[in-house]
Amino acid sequence: MSVPAPRTARKAGDPPAFQLRLYVAGQTAKSLDAFANLKRICETHLAGQYCIEVIDLTKTPQLAAGDQILAVPTVVRRLPEPIKKIIGDFSNEERVLVGLDVQPINA
Amino acid sequence: MKKKLTEIAPTLSKAPTGIAGLDEITGGGLPAGRPSLVCGNAGCGKTMLAMEFLVRGATQFGEPGVFMMFEENAAELTANVRSLGFDLDKLAAEKKIALDYVHIERSEFEETGEYDLEGLFIRLGHAIDSIGAKRVVLDTVEALFAGLPNHAVLRAELRRLFRWLKDRGMTAIITGERGEGSAITRYGLEEYVADCVIILDQRIQEQISTRRLRVLKYRGTAHGMNEYPFLIGAHGFSVLPITSLQLDHEVSVQRVPTGVARLDEMLGGKGIFRGSSVLVSGSPGTGKSSIAAKFIESACARGERALFFAYEESKAQIVRNMRSIGIDLATPIKKGLLEIHSSRPTLQGLEQHLVMMHDLVRTFHPTVVAVDPISNLTMAHDDAEAKPTLMRLIDFLKKEQITGIYTSLTSGGDATSAPEDSQLYVSSLMDTWLLLRNVEFTGECNRTIFVRKSRGMAHSNQVREFVVSDTGIDLVDVYLGGDRVLTGSARVAREAQERAVSTLRGEDHQRKLRQLASRRKAIEAQIAALQAEAEAESEEVHFVIAQETLQEKTTHQNTSAMAQQRGGATGTNGQMKQRR
Repeated sequence: MSVPAPRTARKAGDPPAFQLRLYVAGQTAKSLDAFANLKRICETHLAGQYCIEVIDLTKTPQLAAGDQILAVPTVVRRLPEPIKKIIGDFSNEERVLVGLDVQPINA
Repeated sequence: MKKKLTEIAPTLSKAPTGIAGLDEITGGGLPAGRPSLVCGNAGCGKTMLAMEFLVRGATQFGEPGVFMMFEENAAELTANVRSLGFDLDKLAAEKKIALDYVHIERSEFEETGEYDLEGLFIRLGHAIDSIGAKRVVLDTVEALFAGLPNHAVLRAELRRLFRWLKDRGMTAIITGERGEGSAITRYGLEEYVADCVIILDQRIQEQISTRRLRVLKYRGTAHGMNEYPFLIGAHGFSVLPITSLQLDHEVSVQRVPTGVARLDEMLGGKGIFRGSSVLVSGSPGTGKSSIAAKFIESACARGERALFFAYEESKAQIVRNMRSIGIDLATPIKKGLLEIHSSRPTLQGLEQHLVMMHDLVRTFHPTVVAVDPISNLTMAHDDAEAKPTLMRLIDFLKKEQITGIYTSLTSGGDATSAPEDSQLYVSSLMDTWLLLRNVEFTGECNRTIFVRKSRGMAHSNQVREFVVSDTGIDLVDVYLGGDRVLTGSARVAREAQERAVSTLRGEDHQRKLRQLASRRKAIEAQIAALQAEAEAESEEVHFVIAQETLQEKTTHQNTSAMAQQRGGATGTNGQMKQRR
């Protein structure tokens, strides 16, 4: 299942620089929290440069093997290369930015 | 054994592993619907055991299985187990086995808060559902400890995982690395998997490696407690269970000849019992191998199948050497009735040799097995260790009603040292014990044989000379000269001597007879002479009588004539007659 990620301030046809895929297990409170946290961080630091694809493993379990998913939630940074993985509920913003290799914007 | 154990614990259902020997030890297999822990050091065969469990389950027991690997990837594993004859690609295509390679790299991860391992559960659940699996292998789940920094989460999740596997009714094998010191596993997995723990071990002793398996724990069932040697061979995993403590094998009353007629004579005239074990012991060069080969040759000549395990000579060498004493092993080999397996005793440990023998016996189905010699097998082991393993082999063959011939080299070269000392204490396991000895006397070394014991039959107590010639082997009566047993040339000399004495005596007798005959002849001659004389005398008497009669007659005639002429004076004549 794929949920179109919010796309803001981006020219049409131009693929976003950060392609993220979020793996969750069901529409649980944890999953929703994780998605909210991730989205907030991305909006803050990567506004207009990202897209998030959410995969619910309870509905498409066959997709777990492809990205070697064990822990949930996991977000996989598919672009830019190299592939990076961040696990947890993304409550630690600093570590998420380290994981995404993004320079924080001081706001 | 299998039956008995299940009788003891009828409630606990078990999932057979299909692994030779393991099901016997565990009384039917692993606990069904529960996880079992298999642990051991690197290279012990954990993965092989787990894989065989899955493959046999899928192919023999109709239970598909999921193999989740954490160390090797699917391609590597498939290649590795192909050497055991398992075609994972085919099984995967038939949806009998699902492979899932779980790989985590510590450096790829960034922890940013709370998480769980639901992804692992989902993957496993998906794999299980996709093929309707009943069996699961996690190999080696401990790799997660290296990949995931938060061990508290990991432990909680593993506990949940094993619980989850149990709830889903999966018969599972979880492999684990052996821990340091007395720890069973490095990360204490045994805390979570408490139903059945199997430990694999590889030990190097005297530069020879032996693998062993032990069931440390099996909740709710009786199981073998010992360490059992095992082998990973061409047909997979093979564990050698000890069953000899049972001593409940059936016995045969059928007798089989040994191939040496005089030896059969010594063994109650009919040879040995089928399925019994025969120990042929002796110092070097006493002809142990020849007896074993002869026995095999005669068995094959009867159309039986035989296995010959040789630890001293190569196959070609045995065939050549035995041909030189008139034993033909080439023909039965060609007919497929005989297989000779030659190997160096140091190739592997004693247990592994025995496991190999087990495998060969199971596939070849012989009625006769010869081991030449068992003493070589135990070179690198002390007797205390060798005995139980040899016992296993002997017992196994007995159970299968296979006649076993074991040769054993005694250390003492001469007749005076007790050969009984160097029999590895196996003689008590043997039904028949033939003892060969070299007897050195008058500058010659000869072989003697006698039946030390033979259970269940009247057997000869005589020492016989054992003669090996280019026409075969035979037993000859020995001579007792004084207080010594005479063999070889001394025996021949003695025989010649006896022959000479008897010839002499014979001649003397003849001479005496001749003497008597001639004396009798002389007497007979004398008798004849006397008889002739007597005859002559009687003829004279007759002649005289006849003459007299004639004379008288003539006289009478004359007188009568005269009287007639004179004219009757007969009275006078009658008086004359009376006077005479």
